[in-house]
Amino acid sequence: MSDAPFSAAVEAYRRVQEDPHRLGHRGHGEGEPVPGTGHGETGPASKRVIVGYGFWIFLLSDIVMFACFFAAYAVLQDATAGGPTRRDIVDINRVAWETGLLLASSFTCGLSFAATNARNKLWTQVFLLATGLLGLGFLVLELQEFMLLAAEGATPQRSAFLTAFYTLVGCHGLHVAVGLLWLGTMMAQVQLKGFRHEIQHRLLCFNLFWHALDIIWVGVFTIVYLMGAVA
Amino acid sequence: MSDIEYDPHEYADPHRPREDHAPGDEPEESAGHWVRNYLIGLALAALLTVASFMAAFSGLIWGPSVPVALVVLAIAQMGVHLVFFLHITTGPDNTNNVLALAFGLLVVFLVVVGSIWIMSHLNHNMMPMDEMMRM
Repeated sequence: MSDAPFSAAVEAYRRVQEDPHRLGHRGHGEGEPVPGTGHGETGPASKRVIVGYGFWIFLLSDIVMFACFFAAYAVLQDATAGGPTRRDIVDINRVAWETGLLLASSFTCGLSFAATNARNKLWTQVFLLATGLLGLGFLVLELQEFMLLAAEGATPQRSAFLTAFYTLVGCHGLHVAVGLLWLGTMMAQVQLKGFRHEIQHRLLCFNLFWHALDIIWVGVFTIVYLMGAVA
Repeated sequence: MSDIEYDPHEYADPHRPREDHAPGDEPEESAGHWVRNYLIGLALAALLTVASFMAAFSGLIWGPSVPVALVVLAIAQMGVHLVFFLHITTGPDNTNNVLALAFGLLVVFLVVVGSIWIMSHLNHNMMPMDEMMRM
């Protein structure tokens, strides 16, 4: 373009207009890959950081939501209304399997992201598929548990305790189910679009999401199942 | 939002000034580093999980202290997940992530402990149901 210096000035002006206090900008020191805005060597954070950080904020708000369900469960855990108690609903072998499956899927998810960073499509897909299958196994076990409990009359309507139980555990299961949909979408996108920047950002976010689900499951199996079994 | 793309490959030199990092992301690029990190995380998490189940069922721990042991083990395992799976570190490139996490934990703590505290007091002060029926 003929007016290259001029358009750079316009760009700097736009940045100051959009962000007068340069809150989204900070110095990166020497050798920074980002051009400055005219006030020392500063520049906006890269898109990868902005996307990842924004998703981190979302995950923390999701964890706050789960904290509300945990609080409800803790308050209502003895409100059994003469129905099944905490101890009655725990099938410890199933919980051990669920925990193992989810932990393994968290591990393979991490490996798939490692493969993404090495730009290896095959291993990314292999580990994503493994993550999906392990997550599916978890979901099947959980649904089976819910159906067995419901067949024994332990439905959410039975008592406040069971309502809190199904809400907390079911909400986690719902997250896993949504995560599986996302995972399938990502596999298709990696296959069709390759490792474009935005695909990498989505894989980063998916990786965060899946690990966060495992962290919440640690709380679930400790508070709901193990403490229920020893109650 | 910035249109500038970030390529972690550019940050392989540890002496080079870096910008912040997203959670779950790392400047270091070699696949071996990532895999080693995840292996350590998996080993520690599996160890803590097994310890949790053993604490609950083996009878090694004095009965009334089992819930405390379970909570401690769960918090330890969440820490392992944060460090080795989500790559939350104490480094200067992670300050924003740690601060957001700290605020999230504050809210979680207030919600959970506050609910339990208030509701147990309410339970304590409430008239038993059969007495209420007789009124």
